[in-house]
Amino acid sequence: MSLELKGITKSFGSLLANDSIDLSVGDGEILAILGENGAGKSTLMNIVYGLLQPDAGEIRVNGELVTINEPSDALAAGIGMVHQHFMLIPVFTVLENIVLGHEATSKLGKLDLQAARKKLLSLAKDFGFVIDPDALVETLPVGVQQRVEILKALMYDAKVLILDEPTAVLTPQETDELLEVIKRLRSQGTSIIFISHKLREVKAIANRISVIHRGKVVGSAEPSASQEELASLMVGRPVNLAPDKTPHAIGSVILHVEDLTISDATGRALVKDVSFDVRGGEVLAIAGVQGNGQSELAQSIINLEPHVAGSITLEGRELVGMSVHQSLHEGIAFIPESRELDGLISSFSIADNLILDTHREKPYSNGISLSPRAVLAEAELKAKEFDIRAQSIKDPASSLSGGNKQKVVLARELSRPVKLLVASQPTRGLDVGSIEFVHERILAERDAGRAVLLFSTELDEVLALADRIAVMYAGKILAIVDSSVTREKLGLLMAGVVE
Amino acid sequence: MKKFIDRILGTALLPALSFVMAFVISGFVIAFSDSKVLKLAGSPGKFITTALSTVGNAYLALFQGSVYDPNLAHSHGFLRGFYPLSETIVTATPLILTGLAVALAFQSGLFNIGAQGQFIFGAIAASYVGFHFTLTPVLHVALALIAGVLSAALWGGIVGVLKARTGAHEVIVTIMMNYIAGFFILWILKTTTFLRRGRLDPIAPDVNPSSQLPHLAGTNFRLHAGILVALAAAYFVWWLLNRTTIGFRFRAVGANAAAAKTAGISVGYATIATMALCGALAGLGGAVHVLGSEYALTADIAGSFGFDAITVALLGRAKPLGTVFAALLFGALRTGGRTMQSNTTTPLDIVLVIQALIVLFIAAPTLVRYIFRIKNLKTQEALASKGWNG
Repeated sequence: MSLELKGITKSFGSLLANDSIDLSVGDGEILAILGENGAGKSTLMNIVYGLLQPDAGEIRVNGELVTINEPSDALAAGIGMVHQHFMLIPVFTVLENIVLGHEATSKLGKLDLQAARKKLLSLAKDFGFVIDPDALVETLPVGVQQRVEILKALMYDAKVLILDEPTAVLTPQETDELLEVIKRLRSQGTSIIFISHKLREVKAIANRISVIHRGKVVGSAEPSASQEELASLMVGRPVNLAPDKTPHAIGSVILHVEDLTISDATGRALVKDVSFDVRGGEVLAIAGVQGNGQSELAQSIINLEPHVAGSITLEGRELVGMSVHQSLHEGIAFIPESRELDGLISSFSIADNLILDTHREKPYSNGISLSPRAVLAEAELKAKEFDIRAQSIKDPASSLSGGNKQKVVLARELSRPVKLLVASQPTRGLDVGSIEFVHERILAERDAGRAVLLFSTELDEVLALADRIAVMYAGKILAIVDSSVTREKLGLLMAGVVE
Repeated sequence: MKKFIDRILGTALLPALSFVMAFVISGFVIAFSDSKVLKLAGSPGKFITTALSTVGNAYLALFQGSVYDPNLAHSHGFLRGFYPLSETIVTATPLILTGLAVALAFQSGLFNIGAQGQFIFGAIAASYVGFHFTLTPVLHVALALIAGVLSAALWGGIVGVLKARTGAHEVIVTIMMNYIAGFFILWILKTTTFLRRGRLDPIAPDVNPSSQLPHLAGTNFRLHAGILVALAAAYFVWWLLNRTTIGFRFRAVGANAAAAKTAGISVGYATIATMALCGALAGLGGAVHVLGSEYALTADIAGSFGFDAITVALLGRAKPLGTVFAALLFGALRTGGRTMQSNTTTPLDIVLVIQALIVLFIAAPTLVRYIFRIKNLKTQEALASKGWNG
């Protein structure tokens, strides 16, 4: 089945999210749509799936014009979608989730799952999926949950499958498996639209690549194009994907963590007996799949975790037991994992966000009252230094793009005297241009002789920035390896496999 | 300046429209609950004119009873006509202070249901200092006010400590503390220290004249200096929130406690300080009420000042200036309602209907937006529910 989009245009207020976009995907073809966050990919796909209505343009399936007013129209036309955030009910079984919205009922309104079960099993067999229809979704690994989503689309005869950032939540191994599944679907004749900003994956499976930039299709490329070419199409200017990391003299131990155990309120250990050092002038990356204790470890460095045993010292001074304020002022810059939740107060102005930590110090405060003038003056300087692009620094932080939000956090955290930079998922959800900026700042701190502790789930980021890599699995550090390690070995370690 | 006006208009639009809607709907309620009007249901022409005149008379009486009374002016001179306005302000004064106690908590992400109890403690302490001592006038007033403020700050502070130390939710704790305060005042009024000599019903002696707040417009009006205290407090709260480091921390914790904590702001400290300050404000309300208009402490001294405060703070959108206006409006409704009841066939309860409708519309901005076809109505939808997120 082929799907063709012509002149799709959609605006939100003054923002033109999609500007007469033309795209097509043929029978048994994988079309990759590449674009930064906010380029308009999701808007386009939500239009195709009937969640949004276009202002202009047409959608053709097998050459025939179709009107898609809601998702059920899309399903009827043979278009299925797997969302970035799964639309599954965790406490339902696989089968129950799959029949959701299409429940067959027998007499007296009794739910009849038999037909669905048969179809599911045969479908799974056809595509080589191993799946237990009666397993509760919440007990399944993320990769399997995603397969449930894919099966759900296939159950209702989707011939065109839209996958929105499908690898964002997967481990490297799960990603490889997913790519295999996608290839198998293609060989059975399903057309696939694969949305991503990850160049490696796009290159690995796409038949054709279309690049969207600021709501427009700015070009198409063959999978054989180099990553640099694709990236500069995506950003609209030349980009440097591998930050210049110069060999560097390693200094003395700055951060020393010994036998650190972190428990939750019920006493269950989330981080177990972790020990490591970070020296001045080096980046130690803590790699691992989300949810293996990295968040807790990062938070514990500035005493945000209440139940901590063990020792964390900064240049010999014990941090455990200090207040958050004290630990920050010992010389730690902290980039939290979620800038929306922990990094910024979105209703506060950019200027106020820049002084969240230092509002009680001179020149912003005389001890009692704030000096709005000093706050604004300092904010203007910071906005210039960190290239924060906003209409006004008095605007609320919520008006900023993700990259600019992260720049505000960076500007604030690096404005204190810093010995150690703790950066947790510093580029999550950012566009290529902002990633470049953040990476440069992190390496600049390293080159200035500071210690950097980087938490990241992105292998590319870890390999690009780290001098040494510690892999966390199930609350433990499995191994600390040199940055010359292969991707495969790192991937295996992240899955908990030690040879 | 234009920007400033725009901002005021922007934030005042929703309350103003809600106000209009409430009066329109209450008009129907007045008409359809009036037996005289209902009897005429058979003849549409008479029905409509009678209904309109009934509603018109009710609202006219409401105005006469709360702002300016021409009859009084006729018999006692032009200025005496403002007697109702003086009454409105006297009623609004404690309401401004309790309203601020709730508004400040909102801004810090807390839901202070405890203004009632805090008010009671402020009233008890001020009353005691007022009738027990005899001092020079200015000093006596100041000491009585301070006593009210401090005792209520302690009372409110307990809530803050409980929340910061144990995580107990402030809504539950303040509700319980209101009960304690309510029974405490019943008990203390029966002790020999407080019970007025020769009385069996719970009433304390009048406070000494040296501790009474001076009248502002002569003895014909009850208007007293408490309104100046309340306005000063409103200014203080604005200054605290917008110009001080402590206020910055309060607002940061209120807007996003996780981010505030990550940036090194102590959420526990902010919670304790906020609750103590809220207590102080409500306690000041209690003190002003006793020293300015009641003079004698009674078991029912707090009326519903502490509970109406929640509505007032919501209506004022948790802003100090807004709270002042909202309290004045509620003061006007209360005093005007009494005149309406005595001069027309419309009962005082209709005032409660109006108040409830105002709150309903404020809490449902989408509805107001839909009725008036306004696209960019500024709303603070999170306000009413924020405290619950704890």
